[in-house]
Amino acid sequence: MSRPSVLALRHVTKSFGPVEVLHGVTLDLRAGEVLALIGENGAGKSTTMKILAGIEAPSSGRILLDGQEVAFGSLHEGEEAGIVMIHQEFNLAEQLTVEQNIFLGRELRKGWLLDKARMRRLTRDYLARIDCQVDPDTLVSKLSNSDKQMVEIAKALSRDARVLVMDEPTAVLTGSETRILFDQVRALKAAGTAILFTSHKLGEVAEIADTVTVLRDGTLVHDGPAGEITEDEMATVMVGRDVSDLFPDKPVAAPDREVLLRVEGLNVPGRASDISFDLHRGEILGIAGLIGSGRTEAMEGLCGLRPATSTAVEIGGAPVGITRPGDALAHGLCYLTEDRKLRGLLLDKGMRENLTLQALHKYGRVLIDFAAEDRALDQAIDEFDIRAGARSMRVGNLSGGNQQKLLLAKVMQSDPMILIVDEPTRGIDIGTKQQIYAFLRKLAAEGHGVVVISSEMQEVIGLSDRVMVMRSGRIAKVLSGDQITEDIIIRHAMGVGTGSTERVA
Amino acid sequence: MMATETAARKPRKALPSMSVLGPVIALVLLIVVGTALNSNFLSAANITNVLARSAFIGIIAVGMTFVITAGGLDLSVGSMAAFIAGLMILVMNAALPVLGIGIPIILLGMAVALVAGIAAGLLNGFLITTLGIEAFIVTLGSMGIYRSLVTWLADGGTLSLDFGLRTFYRPVYFGGLFGISWPIIVFALAVIVGEVLMSRARFGRHCAAIGSNESVAHYSNVNVNRTRLLTYAMLGMLVGVATIMYVPRLGSASASTGVLWELEAIAAVIIGGTILKGGFGRVWGTVIGVLILSMIDNILNLTDLVSPYLNGAIQGVIIILAVILQREAKAKG
Repeated sequence: MSRPSVLALRHVTKSFGPVEVLHGVTLDLRAGEVLALIGENGAGKSTTMKILAGIEAPSSGRILLDGQEVAFGSLHEGEEAGIVMIHQEFNLAEQLTVEQNIFLGRELRKGWLLDKARMRRLTRDYLARIDCQVDPDTLVSKLSNSDKQMVEIAKALSRDARVLVMDEPTAVLTGSETRILFDQVRALKAAGTAILFTSHKLGEVAEIADTVTVLRDGTLVHDGPAGEITEDEMATVMVGRDVSDLFPDKPVAAPDREVLLRVEGLNVPGRASDISFDLHRGEILGIAGLIGSGRTEAMEGLCGLRPATSTAVEIGGAPVGITRPGDALAHGLCYLTEDRKLRGLLLDKGMRENLTLQALHKYGRVLIDFAAEDRALDQAIDEFDIRAGARSMRVGNLSGGNQQKLLLAKVMQSDPMILIVDEPTRGIDIGTKQQIYAFLRKLAAEGHGVVVISSEMQEVIGLSDRVMVMRSGRIAKVLSGDQITEDIIIRHAMGVGTGSTERVA
Repeated sequence: MMATETAARKPRKALPSMSVLGPVIALVLLIVVGTALNSNFLSAANITNVLARSAFIGIIAVGMTFVITAGGLDLSVGSMAAFIAGLMILVMNAALPVLGIGIPIILLGMAVALVAGIAAGLLNGFLITTLGIEAFIVTLGSMGIYRSLVTWLADGGTLSLDFGLRTFYRPVYFGGLFGISWPIIVFALAVIVGEVLMSRARFGRHCAAIGSNESVAHYSNVNVNRTRLLTYAMLGMLVGVATIMYVPRLGSASASTGVLWELEAIAAVIIGGTILKGGFGRVWGTVIGVLILSMIDNILNLTDLVSPYLNGAIQGVIIILAVILQREAKAKG
């Protein structure tokens, strides 16, 4: 443990505009050691990794390489120094072969021709070192995820990586693929490579890491040997903020509220299975879970936005069949996407076109009544407090908060009885968040049903009357009342033991 | 990570952007130049001539505007027109002994053209939407298929309409109403309906939404595949309409009928300010694009300043200029 560090951060901060997202992080990567960096979504893990790999420069603080201060101008300079980052989304050219990928950008040459023989020999050598059986001539697009991960590692070897940074390497791997990866990680570690990885799976962290470092809201809150912290303690350290009065008061639940939406046995192939739940009139149901736990996919499947099957879906007590988005809207069920820029709004168009797109039939059967559209926009700007310079402004030029408010106004054009909002406040400021929370609560108070999918714990806890926690495409637990705490939600979301209620994912 | 800020207030521009003004200015300039070079340029006969010759490409380009606005492309329209013309002539010649020369046989020919056009458009659209093959590939393929089919039907030569029939059918191109020839009237109708459909109707709004961002359209309950399919079917129908106007002009079809029409139609659409990758289209712009292209041709034919053989070069320069103007407008806006 007392080995000198290969790469270290000293009091590193990072700001994006006026917002500081990392507050004085100090950490050490040592040769032959595995450091696990854990924390909630948005805690600053990715930013930390990018600074380590030279992809982003810190706003202040120092980066030490072998004790010497360095400033990487680019990813390339980081790689020159022997630091290689493997992104969660692989950085491989799918249509090139394994060998071409490994030497991409630094092909070996003999004169002005490629030295294919030597590249072939070295590729075989690298692959053999990590015990990887793929043929160097295979197209990367034909490889499995674990093999792609191996090729990334081989690529890292070819760059003589002294430091390997891996962003959630196991997120895309199956259990057995993870085993293979960990064997390779141990081999690299034995060879003296310093390794940093992130994971939401605390069991893996306990298994492979030598050091566990925890980030919370951009601050390093724990740093110590893995042997001295249990999985439970890790979860506890990651948690720990109190919810302020950002959220509207929750009403006292009437015991016999009518069921507005009943879903039984919803299946979205490959993404979510056996999802059954009830949503009551006047209720806000939160859906928590890790990214990739199938929350979005399940709700999109429910709303006819992607192929799904179900045993039964009832709205207001009557069975309904939903195969297309139009069916859902006809029954008053509406989904607000998590991705306002790519799925929610037409960034090149104005506010008017965006506002009415989903409910255009309300503005004329064949020809559109422009005057009615303008009136609707006036009303929306007023009701949702949308602040735009000019009415004709491209929606892409609006701030994130105003885009989100416009998106909310857009889905409300369909007069939904049941509104499903997915990450309704991602990347927007706290003032707008509060407005959106107040609106959702008002909607529920008026007798609608609201479902809120969110990765922000505070939001789920502060807003929801009940919380459904999803893990690996299934409902892990439905919580209500005093059970709704960050600690309990995280435990269910990550599958860390919570006694007899634990279900196997 | 997003900063709290209200969008900065920008001063409103008094003039429409260059992408709107550009094509109009170019058209006005061409008219000025044409008049200066030849006093006959603005004569009724010449204007009628320019408009009537524009009509075929123009009618097709109206349909192409919708296809491109919705993010698609159709390279097959020229070959499709030739194939439909050939088919129409074959059917009419074959029906001649039964129906004789008269209105019914003309109506039969027109029906064949419309049905064949719609069917061909639906086939393109089906392959592109339902099977999810790229529009460029599908229509490149169908372009080759129709061109080859018409060559085969004509056995490498020319398919000619029966002489008597042709004489009877001629007024559809050469005749007219109140001194305005039929192709011009039909072109005008297509433009008016197209413009209303594009700028005022749900269909046009949906096309622009799909071309702008297919996912957003899907999440906004726009039936993406059906709307796209309709644009191709509509284009096919308009190719049929153009062919109905074209056949009485020459009374024949051959392997060289409609060659490069697809490129002229696409060029007209782009010059008119419709964005090639979709998301924004305007039918009136397409009309200006068509007029610009045929006026260049006309001016070069009327004067001996520049060889008419350079027509293609000048058109090419104008297409590239139009796209540069579009990009400038986008960068500023």
